[in-house]
Amino acid sequence: MGRLFAVVVSVIALVSAAIFAFHVWWLPPDISTHGVRIDRQMNETMVVAGALFVLGQLALAVFVWRFSASETRAVKSFPGGPTPLVVLATVLVGIEILVLTFVGSKVWADVYQTPPAPGSLQVEVLGEQFAFYFRYAGADGKFGAMHPELMSDATENFFGLDPANDTTARDDIVVGSLVIPVNQPVELRMHAKDVNHSFYVPELRIQQDFVPGLVIPLHFTATTPGKYELVCTQLCGLGHYNMRAFVEVKPRADFDQWLKEKAAAL
Amino acid sequence: MSTAVLPPSTNVPAAPVVATGGGPRPSVAQTGVWIGIATISMSFAALTSALVVRQSSAPDWQHFPLPPLLYLNTLVLLLSSVTLEQSRRREAIATLNATLVLGLLFVLGQVLAWRQLGAQHLLLATGPRSAFFYLFTALHALHVLGGLGGLLYVQRRLAGAALAPATFKAAAVYWHFMAVLWLYLLTLLTIRG
Amino acid sequence: MTHGVATGHARPQSFLRRHVFSVDHKVIGRQYLDLALVAVVTGMVLSWIMRFHLGWPETPVPGLGKLAPTGAAGGVITPEFYLALMTMHGTIMVFFVLTTAPFAGFGNFFLPIHVGAEDMAFPRINMTSFWVTLLALLVLLSAFFVGDGPPLSGWTAYAPLSAVGKDAGPGQGVGQTLWAVSIAIFCIAQLLGSLNFIATTLDLRTRGMSLARLPFATWAWFITSVIGLVAFAVLMPACILLILDRVAGTSFFIPAGLVISDRLQPHAGGSPLLWQHLFWFFGHPEVYIAILPGFGIVSQILPVFARKPLLGPRVFITCLIAIAFLSYTVWGHHMFLSGMNPLSATLFSVPTLVITIPATIITLLWIGTLYGGRLRFTSASLFALGFVSVFVSGGISGFFLAQPSTDIYLHGTYFVVAHFHFVMGVAAMFGIFAGTYFWFPKMFGRMMNETLGKWHFWLTFIGVYCVFMPMHYLGLAGNVRRYSAFTDDYLQPLIPLHRFITVAALFTGAVQLIFLFNLIRSRVRGPKAPDNPWEATTLEWSTSSPPPHDNFGGRQPVVSHGPNEYGGAGPRDYVMQADPQ
Repeated sequence: MGRLFAVVVSVIALVSAAIFAFHVWWLPPDISTHGVRIDRQMNETMVVAGALFVLGQLALAVFVWRFSASETRAVKSFPGGPTPLVVLATVLVGIEILVLTFVGSKVWADVYQTPPAPGSLQVEVLGEQFAFYFRYAGADGKFGAMHPELMSDATENFFGLDPANDTTARDDIVVGSLVIPVNQPVELRMHAKDVNHSFYVPELRIQQDFVPGLVIPLHFTATTPGKYELVCTQLCGLGHYNMRAFVEVKPRADFDQWLKEKAAAL
Repeated sequence: MSTAVLPPSTNVPAAPVVATGGGPRPSVAQTGVWIGIATISMSFAALTSALVVRQSSAPDWQHFPLPPLLYLNTLVLLLSSVTLEQSRRREAIATLNATLVLGLLFVLGQVLAWRQLGAQHLLLATGPRSAFFYLFTALHALHVLGGLGGLLYVQRRLAGAALAPATFKAAAVYWHFMAVLWLYLLTLLTIRG
Repeated sequence: MTHGVATGHARPQSFLRRHVFSVDHKVIGRQYLDLALVAVVTGMVLSWIMRFHLGWPETPVPGLGKLAPTGAAGGVITPEFYLALMTMHGTIMVFFVLTTAPFAGFGNFFLPIHVGAEDMAFPRINMTSFWVTLLALLVLLSAFFVGDGPPLSGWTAYAPLSAVGKDAGPGQGVGQTLWAVSIAIFCIAQLLGSLNFIATTLDLRTRGMSLARLPFATWAWFITSVIGLVAFAVLMPACILLILDRVAGTSFFIPAGLVISDRLQPHAGGSPLLWQHLFWFFGHPEVYIAILPGFGIVSQILPVFARKPLLGPRVFITCLIAIAFLSYTVWGHHMFLSGMNPLSATLFSVPTLVITIPATIITLLWIGTLYGGRLRFTSASLFALGFVSVFVSGGISGFFLAQPSTDIYLHGTYFVVAHFHFVMGVAAMFGIFAGTYFWFPKMFGRMMNETLGKWHFWLTFIGVYCVFMPMHYLGLAGNVRRYSAFTDDYLQPLIPLHRFITVAALFTGAVQLIFLFNLIRSRVRGPKAPDNPWEATTLEWSTSSPPPHDNFGGRQPVVSHGPNEYGGAGPRDYVMQADPQ
């Protein structure tokens, strides 16, 4: 029975680890400037975690195999008692924690604790049950004020703008996709209309909750043109599974053309 | 208490057994009361942090003076602690009864203070400060009522001459804690005005 | 320290007093275990329906259309019904299974016996805490029967979704209020329970039972009850604030300007993050409440079946205490992306990673205990060994979630679901199974069937790995959690893996019938159990199976030994705690 246990645990550990190691299922290719460091942190953590996982399971398996009952053998205690294990755990895990934290905190700060680059394209994002909407400032470069009492899906006034009385709102462009130029820093400002939502684009290696009552900034730069799914990751009600938009990363010229067309259509 | 026939297979060596005739033993009551105080303190600490966060999360903290009746109620509660200590040291029923009456007066006084605030249209949902006011004072009053229940138990046993001094002490510790907690809440509501 | 003293309740006579409204901690412990059993079956059935729907969303679930005509017309469940099932699954499992069985269940039965007492310090409060727990469960389950159904905001009930009332969607009316009331009631029950555990451990230890000689499970229950005291004392006011926002028009958690269902909500000034902070300040210690008794039970069981002492007993206790302390400093790791100050993310991640150290030490102590032992394989020991394996698996995935930089990608995905199911849904459950197989003979005076137990272990062990290991892969591929259906393009290639998981889950669930069958059959027809079938040292094995009403037959035990004396030379390789000097 002990040998069976050892074999089963070992097989499970090695097969699971192999699936991780061979990236059978893995992150999609990264298309952001900050993502390469996140991926590196992910890989390093995977190596450390993988090693600890396999070693831990194998140690368990080996000891169970080796020390299955033999009623005649005297028991022996672990050489050195608990001290070597305490030292091993503290030093090994402690060093790893220090390294991961030191490097990881910089990766984190790079995304969330640095100001957006000057000249970023500013886009306002509205999260609501159950859709995302995006707003560009238009020719005047200013966003009109948002009035909750004017928000209406029926009239497609998602942001609650008041163009009649607010001149800055008249040229605001509101769309259902996040269209951005490639290699251009983008700064999002995220508003929640009703409940918590979250903004997640796996390829962009970016995620951030929308919080009602707060306007939350988020910035990134996309490096590869294409169309990527943007999904909600904060439970927001029955339509949560269906709350999706697209991020369209266009070459600069195409983006400018798109923006011109949208402005003209107003 | 059972000294029934020993089940044949129990191999526990005997030790002297001491009977106290039922109910929680004195030192257990003390431990229990301090655990209760720790729990209650933790709850009010959580609500305090909620108040601090709420006050800074929006500029809608309405300032209103606390009803002066609260200060009279405070004196009543403090006095009840004094009478309780008198009763405990002398094991006197009269001062214990006085404590019960004062405790009840305190709760009634709090209810009156709520009605005074209500008359000024300061209700639970009017704004955050009034919400916390009612919340804190109501929760405190509920715990005071619980304390009164404990004191009633003490009174019954004192009358029957079956009250362990440590049980009385435990009940008294709880009651004094009610006063300490009230002073804390009053200070909090005043400072965060 | 005081000597063993009678808490003085005579053996009751009437059926009601003996089996229903009993102040005997043994009866109360069994009642908690029965409650947890009903809860876990309910929670598991809910998960089967969820998993079936995820694998085959268009296929009707047989029979469900009749049971839930609104939520599952024709047997195909609606998105809101899926989320309601998910909310109830999480709430039932976390509160009424994982906080109840290993802690209130086994703890109530065995803690007084372990310390050598006749009963808990406050037997009537103990009885009250069980009935209050049952009341909480009934209030929660009643949400299934109200007009709009149970809430759909998850067991985490984030505001404002959970706070604004029925505008937020189906289930967010009365159902959500019942949820909040149920949890508030549960908090009271838990606090009363903690009170008893702590007072009994501190004050009712018998002669010779110093704190250092307490069994490991007892230490774990004691520390768990201290954690619970602080944690539940915070959750209860949080629930009160939530209820007030819902029914009294206050705005603790709801800011101004929210437009829900086209209605401008009449609230202003509140902070959704305040709910998250209060909830997770409770929520993180809660997961240690769920697992620490399992640590204690495994540490109690491994030495018995390795025939040698637990390695480093004082180190073990120190690590438990360290984990308890640290558990209060890490709650923000659930909130890295919540909109709180990003600097605090780094601050929270440090203690989160540091907790790995005592957890690793404890795991190594278990593995080191096996070294040089003479392992005996019973259902109890297999589940204890399995616990070590699944705890390693579950703990390691925590490395990724503890770091904000990797959490950016993994937050809100199935990677998180994998992590917490491994540590809570699997490891903690294995602790409960191990405890059941180990203590069943003592509790009921009969042995469980070992063959059935071993089949239960093997099929469950392989089954849970098939269910939850693939969820890591789903998470790495970016599969978002709490989705009732997978309609996004990038999720389509993952659906076959979901179907594999569903089949494994249904299979593993079915395997639990072996356990249920074994439980019932052994109660009725199991062979009679001796006092000490496992040759163990702690005080429960010094008394009869089952123990007499006052636990030790009128005599308080005198303890001369610690709980860890295994592996001696000579004909008997262990010394019991109550053995003479």
